[in-house]
Amino acid sequence: MAYWGGGGAGGWSGGIGGQRGGRGAQVDMTNRRGIDGWDYDELGKVYDTALIGRLIPFITPHKWRAIIALIATVTLSITSYAPPFIMALALERIIDAVAADTPESLDQAVADTQFYGLLLVGLAALMFVAAMVQRLMTGYIGHHLLRDLRSMMFGHLNKLSLSFYDREEVGRIMSRVTSDVVTLQELMTSGFLNVLSDILGLTIIIIAVYLLDPVLATVSLAVIPFLFIFMVVWQRYAARAFIRVRQAIAIVNANINENVSGVRVVQSMVREETNLEHFDNLNEQNRQMNLDAAKLQASVMPLVEILSTVATIFVLLVIGLRAFDGALTGAEAGSLALGFTLYIQRFFNPVRDIVLQYTMLQRAMAGAHRIFEVLDTEPEIVDPPGATVLDDVEGRVDFEHVKFSYIEGVPVLRDFDLHVEPGESIALVGHTGAGKTSVTALVNRSYDIQGGRILVDGHDLTTIERASLTRRMSVVLQEPYLFSGTIRENIRYGRLDASDEDVENAARAVGADEFIEQLNEGYDTVLHERGQNLSVGQRQLISFARALVAEPRILILDEATATVDTHTEQIIQRALATMLKGRTSFVIAHRLSTIRSADRIVVMRAGEIVEIGNHDELMAADGVYADLYRMTFTQAGSEDVLTEEAASARR
Amino acid sequence: MMFASIFALVGASALTIAAPWLTGYAIDTGLGVVTSINLSGDEVTTVEGDWGTLWVAIGLLAAAAVGRGAFVYAQTYLAERLGQTMAYDFRNDIYERLQRLSYAYHDKAEIGQIMSRATQDVEGVRMFVNMGVIRFAYVIVLVAVSYGLMISTNAKVGLVAFAFVPLVAIQASIVTMRLRPIWLGIQDLQGQMANVLQENLTGQRVVKAFSRTEFEQQKFDAKVDDLFHESYRTARFQAFNEPFLQGVWLLSLAVVFWVGVIEIRAGNMTAGQLTAFQLYLTLMQVPVRSIGFIINIFARAHSAGARVFEIVDARSPVEERDDAEPLEVARGEVRFENVSFHYDADSPVLKSVDITAEPGQTVALLGPTGSGKSSVVNLLPRFYDPSEGRILIDGQDVRDVTLDSLRTNIGIVQQDVFLFIASIRDNIRYGRPDATDEEVIAAAKAARIHEFIESQPDGYDTWVGERGTTLSGGQRQRVAIARTLLLDPKVLIFDDSTAAVDMRTEFLIQEALRNLMRGRTTFVIAQRLRTVMEADQILVMRDGEIVEQGQHDNLLEAGGFYRQIYDLELRDQDEAAASVLAEGGVD
Repeated sequence: MAYWGGGGAGGWSGGIGGQRGGRGAQVDMTNRRGIDGWDYDELGKVYDTALIGRLIPFITPHKWRAIIALIATVTLSITSYAPPFIMALALERIIDAVAADTPESLDQAVADTQFYGLLLVGLAALMFVAAMVQRLMTGYIGHHLLRDLRSMMFGHLNKLSLSFYDREEVGRIMSRVTSDVVTLQELMTSGFLNVLSDILGLTIIIIAVYLLDPVLATVSLAVIPFLFIFMVVWQRYAARAFIRVRQAIAIVNANINENVSGVRVVQSMVREETNLEHFDNLNEQNRQMNLDAAKLQASVMPLVEILSTVATIFVLLVIGLRAFDGALTGAEAGSLALGFTLYIQRFFNPVRDIVLQYTMLQRAMAGAHRIFEVLDTEPEIVDPPGATVLDDVEGRVDFEHVKFSYIEGVPVLRDFDLHVEPGESIALVGHTGAGKTSVTALVNRSYDIQGGRILVDGHDLTTIERASLTRRMSVVLQEPYLFSGTIRENIRYGRLDASDEDVENAARAVGADEFIEQLNEGYDTVLHERGQNLSVGQRQLISFARALVAEPRILILDEATATVDTHTEQIIQRALATMLKGRTSFVIAHRLSTIRSADRIVVMRAGEIVEIGNHDELMAADGVYADLYRMTFTQAGSEDVLTEEAASARR
Repeated sequence: MMFASIFALVGASALTIAAPWLTGYAIDTGLGVVTSINLSGDEVTTVEGDWGTLWVAIGLLAAAAVGRGAFVYAQTYLAERLGQTMAYDFRNDIYERLQRLSYAYHDKAEIGQIMSRATQDVEGVRMFVNMGVIRFAYVIVLVAVSYGLMISTNAKVGLVAFAFVPLVAIQASIVTMRLRPIWLGIQDLQGQMANVLQENLTGQRVVKAFSRTEFEQQKFDAKVDDLFHESYRTARFQAFNEPFLQGVWLLSLAVVFWVGVIEIRAGNMTAGQLTAFQLYLTLMQVPVRSIGFIINIFARAHSAGARVFEIVDARSPVEERDDAEPLEVARGEVRFENVSFHYDADSPVLKSVDITAEPGQTVALLGPTGSGKSSVVNLLPRFYDPSEGRILIDGQDVRDVTLDSLRTNIGIVQQDVFLFIASIRDNIRYGRPDATDEEVIAAAKAARIHEFIESQPDGYDTWVGERGTTLSGGQRQRVAIARTLLLDPKVLIFDDSTAAVDMRTEFLIQEALRNLMRGRTTFVIAQRLRTVMEADQILVMRDGEIVEQGQHDNLLEAGGFYRQIYDLELRDQDEAAASVLAEGGVD
């Protein structure tokens, strides 16, 4: 399963201003990473009162079902562990009755046989009902719990701001929502009841054997502590061995996955031999880990059976001692032998389960801890109470002395001051790391700023209901990101109530209609995962249509043409004029014609505006912009460029 | 190993079966609990055993337990070993095959499909060997002999006990067979849920930009809801079946006990025998129920095995000839003679293409998407084979030389640069694992990426990919250039279809490229005007044919298809350059 985990983290997450959140606030989730970037398989504390306390509210809505499940569990334990006792009792009475050989005793024997036989049959029926009820109840509670927990986590994750996503790997978050909740659910339903039923079972066995015969009971129960010790020691090794197995196979699968994804490079670089050697190594390691685990696994049953045979032998010896002395009648000896050998056979299961559940408890606690880690992460950006709802957006944007950093102490924008009129188009120019993307990310309040104010139509962003703002604002990113579903659904993502006509108009306006209509299913073509069945250019055209269908007043294009092919770029270039017309826009682009056509060009360096003006003004000024502009077409300054890239990467 | 596991299997089953019998023997003969008819015709139960017999019985019991332990251990371990070794071989075979299969295969195959074969299907086959073959034999022997013993001890009670076997086995098989599709359905739903989740998380910027949180929540809730209903349906189904099987088993204990007691009373059975029967039934519970499980494994292994062999047996259309010689490249002349190519018969991709690239020349390929540019460069290293015509490097047909020597002599920088999850150093020396650090650094310098690498906290040991530094497209491309430089190929293929990168990156790539192309015969799929202008030949392609051929100036004058492309896609760059020149901006 690990092979798809985190596979989708590419693209935007590391791309913000080229600065990957590395240090800082994320102490919580940075440790304990496994080999594939996921959380380590680990064992937590067995019992954590605080955690348990937080879990109880999830059960309360189902308390009646829980109580019924509890009753069913008790019934189940009694019905599964009582029969040997009844059989021993019955056998003794019947053998005695037969031995006495009087008409009354024979009648009694017939009656006894019927009575005990029916009792056992009745127990079988009761067991069936109890087991069924228990499973129905725990199934219901458990799956409900899964649904509620997952839905809750999903909702919470969506409230978290982008800074959370900048520093967390998707695979890790995924595993918390998909697998950790399952461990927790198992613990809270079957896990808990199993432990209960095992403890009950052991208790019943102990009571029953003491009722049958205290001396024999003591003798046979003497093996239980050994059984426990053996299982606990075994479990310690086994848990580790199984974790190693999981890691080994994860590495093997990751390697296959990587090699298939990169098969073109492998073949062109003639790496087949080397790779196979490496893989063979990993594959062999995996086999070895599995065999180590197999040895442990294979050792359980033999040792358990030897222990139970020891108990059986002791029982037989003691019965022999007393029977040969005449202290026991034949009936007693026979029935005791039957009852005890059957009970000895049943010791093992509850003991093993309790030990296994102990490990599960540890894992569940670790899982619960990770789940609450997510749920406890405070959303950084929330609408204030009584937030202003914007009915419409005119498109004025003011940055007033904005200070901003992703990581404390590493400023990205310093005293950024910019006032944009409605309908004005602004081109942001500057090197990677200059803070261009940050400016665009702040307009829709993806992050909160540390100083100054940002106003839209004169309202401070922190006082506006965010959804009412983004309703009239669209973004096109460098990497087109599409969702599974049809092309139509993807375009409609920009405005959910857009009619089919609106969708098609938007597609036409950006020039996406041409290729869409050539597809067999047209607008109803289903996209594979993230639109892999379309070219990057085609995906970007769809995300342009998606942006346009929202009828935005403010439009942000963040290197939107950087990864598309020239053909698509031409289409987009042609559509750009209509798209930008009458809209406030922030454009980050490399294409000179795009930059030139902006109303104003903002040249940024190290989080500050160094120049501002239109193309002609800036060329005339012969400053940073003119230098940048020239650089594309000259070979001068190679060393400068290299050091500059290195310098901005270092930041 | 096969022999050893069969031996262990036989030993384990024999001694497993012996245990209840020995316990019964110990009770009946050792203790001598005997119900007999005395002289006056009355039944009496007496203890007639003696220490000697009891010790013998106990000794046998102990020996059997130890022996059985050893056999069971050996049997379990050997079965696992057999299965694991087989899975190991399969994985190696699959890996090897996948690496050797040509592009034609990988174009069609989906990675998810391949992965599920290499993981779940291999696991299915392993389970079959381990659980299916070996375990099945064990279960069959155990069940047959145990019930055989019971029936021969007391036919009436034995048959009553046996009556439950088909009932349990059939019910268990039906359940597992019916559960399988349901489980697959649930797995599918889980996949869908994970997909929505993953898309939401990776697309968080888009979700936030459009404030689609509520919409996403609805999508997700719909999936978890489906999952709930489907899982609960399964739970209800199992809630009946599992208890039913348990109940039937307990019922069989009860009925056997009942009938057994009647038989004891009639003097046809002993207490020890009844105990043995109960022990047999307890012992048989798991094996009998596992018959259903095993049948399911058979069904699964059947399809899994077929899918695994589909990969292992897949034949690559590009095969090396048996008498292939290593390629000798002295000059680096490349000729395409009358080359045609198609993926499937009715849609030709290349039609009778002739190309001659003189040693050291740069050949630029230009044309719209689907015109056949990529096919030209993919045929050269034999990622595909032409349907007609031939391709020669220094006079040697590429199909007559060894694949390794061919590909080592051809360096390729793909458009979509794939880097491996490893350090930058290892990525650069991917094609030459024995390259020294100095060589790696020299290549990185020539590729104009050295300074950037040095600026990283761990320098050349910085990890790239999933868990490491995220490189920009331009940086990845330069790493790929360094990687290719290190190989020092005579012939070079550069697929450069990315439109615009930032000006600085563009500049650096140009420089790196110039270093790379020096002295090599180069095929470039070009988008940058500069590259096209500097090429020795420009091949303009449309619909699989070369429609124009020449150099920039004369093609521009000719006013054909090249002119069109220039006007639409390249002029912008040219004008910008011109305006810079006009302003006297060049130092």
